[in-house]
Amino acid sequence: MFGNIILLTILYAIPMMMVALGGVFAERSGVINLGLEGGMIFGAFIGAIVCKAVIEGSKVDGGGYALASNQGVFILGMFVSMLAGAIFSLLLSFSAINLKADQTIGGTALNLLAPAIVLTFGLLIPSIRSDKVDSHASFSLGGENYLSTYICLALFIGLSIWLYKSKIGMHLRACGEHPSAADSVGINVYKMRYLGTTISGALAGLGGFVYIFTRVSGIAESSVAGLGFLSLAIMIFGNWNPVLIALGALLFGFLKVLGVVANSTFLEALNLPGYFYNMLPYIIVIVTLVLSRNNSGVPKAEGIPYDKGAR
Amino acid sequence: MKKSNLEVSENKQKEVKKVVKEVNEVKPVVNEIKEVKENDIHEKKTFKEVMGNCVAKTKEFFVGFPKNTKEFFVNLPHNSKEFVKSIPNKKGFNSVASSLISILVGIFIGFLFMVFAIVFQKTASPFRGLGFVFGGPFGSSNVGYELGNMLFKTVPLIFTGLSVGIAYKTGLFNIGAPGQFLMGTMGALLVALSINTTGNRFAGVMVWLLALVVAIAFAILWALIPGFLKAQFGINEVIICIMTNWIAANLVSWVYSSLPNLKNPAVGKGGFLIKTNVTGNFTPKIGLDKLFSSRNGSFLSDLDISILIAIVVGILLWVLMNKTTLGYSLKACGYNRNAAKYAGINEKLNIMIAMGIAGALAGLGGAFYYLNPGQEMIINTSATLPNYGFNGIPAALLANSNPIGIIFTSLFIRYIESGSLNLTKAGYNQNIGSIIIAIIIYLAGFSRFFSERLDDIKKFFANKKKEQEGKLLTTEGQVKQNNTNKGGK
Repeated sequence: MFGNIILLTILYAIPMMMVALGGVFAERSGVINLGLEGGMIFGAFIGAIVCKAVIEGSKVDGGGYALASNQGVFILGMFVSMLAGAIFSLLLSFSAINLKADQTIGGTALNLLAPAIVLTFGLLIPSIRSDKVDSHASFSLGGENYLSTYICLALFIGLSIWLYKSKIGMHLRACGEHPSAADSVGINVYKMRYLGTTISGALAGLGGFVYIFTRVSGIAESSVAGLGFLSLAIMIFGNWNPVLIALGALLFGFLKVLGVVANSTFLEALNLPGYFYNMLPYIIVIVTLVLSRNNSGVPKAEGIPYDKGAR
Repeated sequence: MKKSNLEVSENKQKEVKKVVKEVNEVKPVVNEIKEVKENDIHEKKTFKEVMGNCVAKTKEFFVGFPKNTKEFFVNLPHNSKEFVKSIPNKKGFNSVASSLISILVGIFIGFLFMVFAIVFQKTASPFRGLGFVFGGPFGSSNVGYELGNMLFKTVPLIFTGLSVGIAYKTGLFNIGAPGQFLMGTMGALLVALSINTTGNRFAGVMVWLLALVVAIAFAILWALIPGFLKAQFGINEVIICIMTNWIAANLVSWVYSSLPNLKNPAVGKGGFLIKTNVTGNFTPKIGLDKLFSSRNGSFLSDLDISILIAIVVGILLWVLMNKTTLGYSLKACGYNRNAAKYAGINEKLNIMIAMGIAGALAGLGGAFYYLNPGQEMIINTSATLPNYGFNGIPAALLANSNPIGIIFTSLFIRYIESGSLNLTKAGYNQNIGSIIIAIIIYLAGFSRFFSERLDDIKKFFANKKKEQEGKLLTTEGQVKQNNTNKGGK
């Protein structure tokens, strides 16, 4: 029982962790990426289409598949979903960095655009909506054990260290704190913000893909269901710090699992529905924000378009 | 040097000539005016004389008519040019123009999506699709019915649009409209569905009013969470709004699922609450549904008086924002919070008032939508937030947060969505409409960029004009033209 809960918690935590780290990359570079949810949906959708196409393409006349292993397809899907999320986030970068538009509006637009695109083409191409690719069992290494967990963990640790220890990572963070100071020492603020937002889009796409293929068996349209916003909450809860974010993701993942299994454990006596556990993370975030308002790690220049001419 | 001096003296001579000419022309006019005045004062005209005068004037008018109209049309290009030139100087022009650009580009990109979709759907025809999008409810075979439904579905959009708009004017981004919408819905339905007044229409209307009041109270309380935290602790309202949205989605589902009495007992409807026509507490329709119905009157649309209420509320809010002290102090907070504080405005209170009004509006939107006898509320909304809350954002942005403008932009958005319902006939599905609206929101964020470009274009033409005028002034043609214009008048 408990082993199962821990496994499920990790499965929920991994995608949220990746998306929250994506949020950190965008905000540390000075762009608020509210479009994380949209990036997840879009990345998951494109990743699923490609996986499906590859598997269908390998169909042998007799009815079997020529592919020796699904794991290669899974890795390809992860890569494609990252690419798709990155490209999708360019829309936000363009409006927020080049045109200096309101970043909140841009992100909201992306969140509405992604499900609209997915629904439109999902209905136009019925074959991608129901097939083997959707069932998550086909990519499993056995039980609830997935290759993606290890890849994501490695990526998370690598990117976090890169953000804090490398030269480019420091430049990127400088752009979120004081862009004109960064500019004065020769850092290209626009480039750094593009980099941050693109990485955040890629991580969102990856998170979405991993989530729908490990936790939900279905196409992305409504499966993501607010997980992008929950990841945003984790980012705030973790005070824009990767280590705290990993812990926050585990905590919130545990709450999500609790919502599913609560009534088969000792919590049954409380007789609280899954809804209660679902809204608990959001309440925790609000309380955290109120309590930590004085030593918040929020990047100083986030949300403010950088204008080279401004004094 | 010498040459230019010569030119200057020539010009001066010309100017003197011009002035003399003008004076000569004006003299008889002045004399005439004098005579007329003296006549008016000293002579009492008889009725016959007055009538005669009248006839003479009419005759003159008709005789002069062809000439006058000719003059009018000759002057028209000039006048209309002046008129067009005067528009861009008006304040709202840029925002209207940039909204129009956003809308047109949004529809164009939607069209590109439709073209792209041919890859998957060979039978699809993008031009027919575009026609349906532009045609709105008129592309349907049941125009009256669809038009009525379109108007009804505009109501929640107007309210959420006003909600976002009022907050935006105060410098707040109310992305929490979906949550406030849900809380308002819950407040209204808890009252309207738990009191049964079937048969007694008067009691039904009274309960309906009570339901609206409770909806407003719930939604205000909900909106005050981000409002209070923003005012008191300066916490970003966008984050809190997103959190409260999802809390509301789960809270509302929890409340509905714990009230089995409100559940629809019909087979296959277990996931929904009962409709308001079961308990008799629904919005009065005063025959609007019959006015907008299918051709033979067999299908009545959902339209009720809420559309009229929405329009009145929009106008009242325009008055509030533009004609009252409260409106001005709210706007002052939006322009510059510190300056407003310095001017003695209680900016914390104003933030809370603005969020309260915004919440009340979004809540009313939800209440009006689900108090309609034709709508049913789904019990489990925990995974999705209502689209009406988010679509309030483009409605407000496209109207530049002008309350009266929001009425029109909401109608427009519903028009596009209503048109996209017909897209199945062209081989697509209605979600193309959602794509178009998402792109319009995306572009609406560029309004600053668009209006800056418009300014550039205006400046370019103004400079060109100045150059041309500079050339023309030195030529005799311009002087002559001026004189003839004046003579004509």
